[in-house]
Amino acid sequence: MWFQDVVFWLLSVVAIGCALGVVLTRDLFRAALLLVAVFIAVGGFFVLLNAEFLAVVQVLIYAGAIAVLIIFAVMLTRDVQRGNPPNRLQIPAAIFAGLLLAAMVVVAIDTRWDFLPESERPGVEAVQTAAVSNIPVEALVQAGITDESQQEDAQTAGLADLLTGKYVLPFEAVSVLLLAALIGALALVRPRTGTGLSNTSPVVPPFRGGVDGGPGAG
Amino acid sequence: MSFEAFLIVAAVLFCIGLYGSLARRNVLAVLMSIELMFNAVNLTLVAMAKYLAPAGLQESLSTALTGQVFAVFIITVAAAEIALGLGIVFAMYRTNESVDLTDAAQMRN
Repeated sequence: MWFQDVVFWLLSVVAIGCALGVVLTRDLFRAALLLVAVFIAVGGFFVLLNAEFLAVVQVLIYAGAIAVLIIFAVMLTRDVQRGNPPNRLQIPAAIFAGLLLAAMVVVAIDTRWDFLPESERPGVEAVQTAAVSNIPVEALVQAGITDESQQEDAQTAGLADLLTGKYVLPFEAVSVLLLAALIGALALVRPRTGTGLSNTSPVVPPFRGGVDGGPGAG
Repeated sequence: MSFEAFLIVAAVLFCIGLYGSLARRNVLAVLMSIELMFNAVNLTLVAMAKYLAPAGLQESLSTALTGQVFAVFIITVAAAEIALGLGIVFAMYRTNESVDLTDAAQMRN
C-alpha cells in the first residue's frame, strides 16, 4: 500500500507542477510539452484507480493524438516568439480560480460520501480492472463471487459490453459527433476563395498555405 | 491515497485550467487549459467509480463501470473539441494573422 501512496504523491507533484507550467510559461512549445506530461501523469492516476483501459486510451488519444495536433498548431501559427502573454483579467481570474478551489476542497472533505462497502470491493475491482476482457471464473471465485448468476453478471459487465449494450445510443451519438467534427474541421480550414466556388474548380489558384498568412489569404 | 486526495488533486488541476483559460491571450494556450479541465473531470469520474457505491450495485456489477463509461465519452468529445477548436484557430489566424484573443474583435461595435 505504501508503494501506491508514493506513486500517488509523485504523480500528484508531476501533474500539478506541469499544469502550473502549462498556464504560466511564456513559451507555447514548452507549454505543449508540459501538457503531454500532465496527460501521462493522469494516465498514471487511471492505473492507480483500476482503469487500465482508460489509461491506455489516455496515452493514445491525449498524449498521442491531441498533443500532436496542439504541437502542430503551435508550429504552424508561428507566434511562438511572441509567446503567451496574460491579459488584463489575470488577477480576477486567479482570485476566482482560488475561491473555486477553496470551495471544491471544502466540499470534497466535508461531504459524507457513500463509500463502497468493503464486502463489494473485490468484485468491483475485478470488473473494473478487467474492463474489456472476459474474466476467468477462478478470478471471480477469488474475488468472492461464487454464485452462478452473479458470475454471469460479472462476465458481461465489461466496458465493451456497456458501450454496446446499455449505452449504445450515446455511443452512436458520439460517433456521429466525431464525424460532424471531422467534416466541420475540414470545412473550416479549407482555403477561402472569396467566390463561394468549390476549391476543386480549376480557375481557383492553388492553395498557397493560407495558414501562414500569405497575401491571398482571407 | 484516499478518495479525498484524488478529488483535491483533480480540483487543483481544474482550477489551474480555469485560471489559464481566463487569463491567457493566446488561443492555443486557452485550448490547452480547457484540455486540463477535461482531464480533471475525467480523474474525478474514475475516482468516484472506484471508491463510491453506485445505485443498483446489488442488481448488476456493471454499474461499477458507469464512471469509466462517462470518461470514455468525455475523451471522445474532447478529441472532437480539439479538432474543431484548431480548425477555428487556423481560420482565425488566416483572417487576423495572429492567434491573440484580444485581436479577435471583428464583431465589436
